[in-house]
Formats: sequence, C-alpha cells, structure tokens
Amino acid sequence: MEISNSMLIRTERLDKIYPLGPATIKALDNVSLSVAKGEFLGLVGPSGSGKTTLLNIIGSLDSPSSGSALVLGNRIELLSHKESSRLRNDHIGFIFQTFNLLPVYTVYENVEFPLLLLGTPSAQRTKMVMQALEWVGLAGRAKSKPSQLSGGQSQRVAIARAIVKKPEIVLADEPTANLDAANSHNIMKTMVDLNKELKTTFIFATHDEKVISYLDRKVTLFDGQIEKDELREPAR
Amino acid sequence: MLMLKLAYRNIIGAGMRTWLNVAALSFAFVTIIFLKGVYNGMNDQVERATIDALYGGGQYWHERYDPYDPQSTVDAHGNIPEVLRPLIKQKGAVPILIRQGTIYPGGRFRNILLKGIDPQQKILAIPVSALAERNRTIPAMIGTRMAKHTGLHINDLITVQWRTSHGTFDAREVMIVNIFKTTVQEIDNDQIWIPIDIMQTITELPDQATMIIMNKENITIPTVPGWNFRDLNFLLQDLHSLVEMKSMGGSIFYTILLLLAMLAIFDTQVLSIWHRRKEMGTLMALGMTRTQLIGLFTLEGSFHGILAALVGALYGIPLLSYVARNGWGLPQSTDDFGFAFGDRIFPSYSLGLIVGTTILVLVITTIVSFLPTKKIASLKPTDALKGKMT
Ligand SMILES: Nc1ncnc2c1ncn2[C@@H]1O[C@H](COP(=O)(O)OP(=O)(O)OP(=O)(O)O)[C@@H](O)[C@H]1O
Ligand SMILES: [Mg+2]
Repeated sequence: MEISNSMLIRTERLDKIYPLGPATIKALDNVSLSVAKGEFLGLVGPSGSGKTTLLNIIGSLDSPSSGSALVLGNRIELLSHKESSRLRNDHIGFIFQTFNLLPVYTVYENVEFPLLLLGTPSAQRTKMVMQALEWVGLAGRAKSKPSQLSGGQSQRVAIARAIVKKPEIVLADEPTANLDAANSHNIMKTMVDLNKELKTTFIFATHDEKVISYLDRKVTLFDGQIEKDELREPAR
Repeated sequence: MLMLKLAYRNIIGAGMRTWLNVAALSFAFVTIIFLKGVYNGMNDQVERATIDALYGGGQYWHERYDPYDPQSTVDAHGNIPEVLRPLIKQKGAVPILIRQGTIYPGGRFRNILLKGIDPQQKILAIPVSALAERNRTIPAMIGTRMAKHTGLHINDLITVQWRTSHGTFDAREVMIVNIFKTTVQEIDNDQIWIPIDIMQTITELPDQATMIIMNKENITIPTVPGWNFRDLNFLLQDLHSLVEMKSMGGSIFYTILLLLAMLAIFDTQVLSIWHRRKEMGTLMALGMTRTQLIGLFTLEGSFHGILAALVGALYGIPLLSYVARNGWGLPQSTDDFGFAFGDRIFPSYSLGLIVGTTILVLVITTIVSFLPTKKIASLKPTDALKGKMT
C-alpha cells in the first residue's frame, strides 16, 4: 500500500474548480497536505478560502478536479458513489455547523443510526450508543427529541453520532458557529478527550478562536492555497 | 428490514400529513371494496331472483320462439316432446304456453302476453297456486306493475283477445284472482298468467307449449328435435352485460377517488423530498447510498398504502360487514335500474376482491411514491447538505 508512512490522509496537488457563470473559480489550488493518525488539526482561513471544500473532499462527499486525495488507502477521485458511501459509513464521522440531527428520531435513535447502517447487532448497538452518550454527558436525554434540546446539547448529540462507531476520522465543519462561548469550550473539551482516549483523528474547518486554541496543528488556507502549516502547543 | 424500520419511523414522525393521506387513501380503499361488493351483491341477487322466477335450470324453446319478437308467439308452439313428458309429470319441468293478446283496460288498447302455466308447479318462484281455484270464469294473475299500468284490481274482470292459428280473433273474459309482487319485471310487465290447461283449450292448442322450463337439479339435458335448449349462460347474457354497464359508473367514480388519493401522496412525496434535501445530505454523509435513499423514500410513500390498508380494515371491516348483514337501502327506486332486486342490496365481498384491491392500491402507491425519488439519483451530497437541489 502507498501509505506505509502511517499517514491517514494525504492530498497531492489538489485542485477544485467550480464554474462561476462564464468564468471559473479555483476553490482549492495545489493543496498538498498529510495528516497522521491522532492529530487534532484545524483548517483556518477567511471565508471562501476553501476550508469546507477541502474537508468535503477528504470526507469523500466531493471529488477533486485534479490531483489526488488518499484517505485510508482509498483514492477519493476514483471511488464510485457506493464505495465512497461505504468509506464514510465505515471510517468517517461528520459534525456540522447546523447539527443536522434527524428531527423525527430521538437522541438515542440519532446516535444509533450509523450503527444501523453498519449492521451492528442489537445488543452491541445499545452498549455503544449508551457509551457514546455518556462521553458527551447526555445519557439522561436518550429519549428526548432534538427539538427539546439546546444548541449545545444538540451538538453534543451530533458528536456522539459521529464517534459512536469509533471512526478513524471525524470531520467537523464550524462545529461551534451556532454555540455560545461556554458551550463551545464544553464540546471542544469533549472532543479533545475523545481524541486522547480513542486516538481519533479530528479535522476542523473553523475561524473560531476558541476552537483554534485547542488545536495541536493549524493549517491556514488563503485563496485555496495552504499559506501556513504550524504545529502548536494547545492551551488545554 | 432496516429500511422498513427507518421508513416507519419517518412516516410516523411526519404526523398529521401522513394521517391525512392515509385517511384519504383508506377512504378510497373502502369505497372501492364497498362499491365492488355492492355490484357483486347486486349481480348475485338479480341473477338469483331472475333464475328463480324466470329461467329455472334452463329452458327448451320451441325453435320458432324469439323473445324479442312477440309476433313469433303466433307460430312458436308445438306438442310437448315425448322425452320430456315423464319429467313434467314428476314436476321436474314445467311447460309454458305463450300467446300474444290484447286487452282494453279503461277502453284503451294494450298488447300483452298471455302465459299458461301449471298452477301446481314449484319450479319457478311465481305464486301461481291461486290459479288452482276453478270457478265459472278463468282465473288470472298479474304482477303489481301490470296492475298499476292497467288499473286492474283483484276480482276485476277483463276481456283478453287473441288471434287464433287460423288468423281469426277469439276472446275470453278472465278474473284477476291474485296480484303478486316480484322484483323480476320480465314476469310482470304486460303479462297475464292463467292455468295452462285452460289456455290450451281456449286457444285450441291441446298439449302444446312454447317453452319447457327445467328444474335446477336436472343434470341430463336430452336433445329434442324442434326444440332448442337454452342454458343459463345463454339466458343470463343480457343481464350480465346490463349489470356490467351499471357498474361502469361506479368504476369511474372510484377511479377518480383513487386518482385524488394518489395525487395527495405524490404531492406529499415531492414536498418531502424537497423539504428534506438537507436531511438527505446528512444521511449520505452518514454513509447511506443513493439507492438506499431512493428505497427509503419509496418505502415511506408506499407505507401510506400499508397504513391505509390497516386503517381501512379498522373501520372498513365492521362497516362493510354490517352492510353485508343488514343490506343497503338504495337511494333510488330500484325499478329505474332496469333489472330486478329487492329494496335492499346485500353486498358480497369476495376474498379475491379484497386481496386484489389491496394489491392494486399498494402497487399504485409504490409507483407514485417512486416517481418523485428520481430527483434523488442526481443529488450531490455537498449540494444536499447546503440545502440545494438542482
Ligand atoms: N458548489 C459551489 N459552486 C460554486 N462555487 C462554490 C461552490 N462551493 C464553494 N464554492 C466556492 O469555492 C470557494 C471556497 O468555498 P468554501 O465553502 O470551501 O469556503 P470556506 O473556507 O469554507 O468558507 P466559509 O468560512 O465561509 O465557510 C468559495 O469562493 C465559494 O464561493
Ligand atoms: Mg465553510
């Protein structure tokens, strides 16, 4: 296999070009980035710099215009719809700015969902869901509906849903944008703990200083290019 | 299995809209089965009544007899065939002699059929025993419709005139001894029944008949030269096509009903696929394939059909079985239908009807639910997550 060097993710000269009326817009420009297992990494940069685009390609929700993205041994640009669904289902958890909980399901059912898709047996499923809910401190709200939760609680449910299957990678796009300061710190601490305990790799797209303060690696994008890539000592 | 579970959760979670659709669909469901059941019941009832009162177990017609041409009765008669005589004697068959005649009720001219029948016969459900009484005058019997049209009452005397086989006219006075009520117009309208022996005498046609009606239990039907046997299939043809025509109106009604219910489901599907594009993006991010998504949304739609079947059963079974037991009073005078049944129809629902309708509704709901999901196939996860749909 190509990734003998313990790199979980490696992009090489990644371009993403969108049509914009008669012209085109280069959302990603020659992005080469490697991420190792267990990193707690953030993509930062101004609005429109390509953070979400890069995150989506790594998450196999989108494919590059040119260049290549290798994620857990899979060439993203070569995957069929089915294969990329499989990759997401097996190995990647997503956390969104707007939480994206399924409104008709209970908290428990929302967290259970990825396991249902994986076909995890029922007894094991119950254990895993309850464990995930305990990590985020919401075991007591298993029967609630998303509409009965606060924003912070909703995002914690989303985190539980992302990590319940213990994926290699969790991708979080502006996870704190809809939360107040206290809740932002709260969920960031939860994710730092999970990163330590499960060795899960976290990649954030954010311009929130609160999030940035927790990162151990900060990759700055500007106009679709990597401008800076710095390791830091997180203020934890 | 998983998809079933998810579809069930989603559709129950959708609440009011689901139940409105289910209500509309179950109403269409129950109405289809009810109307079909009514027409089946009507068909059965009419058929039974007509067989009982008119056709028996099939009839031998004299070869010149043509029910559509009253003039044919002038020649359509012949000696009762030898082979059938023992059967007639044992009351296993009954001969009928028919002649065209004329009466003048209230001084007005009216063409009628004079029919001779054995007053002891038990094969046709016509109350002819009243004809057994012998006074000086000839006993005669008419139906209520005929009584109404002619103004005749019991004990009235009326003169019947007919053309003899020699072409001259002959006439006799008969006395109305019984007026019977029947649902079968063909034994009532413009007909006068008298004892066949008297009729054979006065028309100078001894031992002759126009048709011989068999008992329903007669299995062996001998070939008789000069006479054509008409079985029930042949005799009931007209009736069946008439009922079929009547049930067409019902079909159009419930087709429209079904279309409306389908439109509601189609609309719900289109709307829900539009509303839930972000949810679909989330599901894709969680690892659901497009095929699974299409399956899920189709299932959700067709769940309406399944729920409608259940809900329909919930109120339909008690309702329909109540009507089946107690009958359904028709809103319009039954004579207007042009055929015979009582004041009440007893619908009959066959297993085939219920299973067939259920399958039909489920198949149509599934198709209608599937059509709008085509949009999903072209959906990009990133667009869906942004709430976009192209
Ligand atoms: N589907 C699309 N079609 C056309 N252009 C797009 C599309 N998605 C993104 N872009 C463009 O690509 C560029 C990068 O967008 P991206 O969403 O990755 O930025 P971002 O860094 O996440 O910004 P933000 O901080 O505002 O979320 C932007 O200029 C954006 O307008
Ligand atoms: Mg973004």
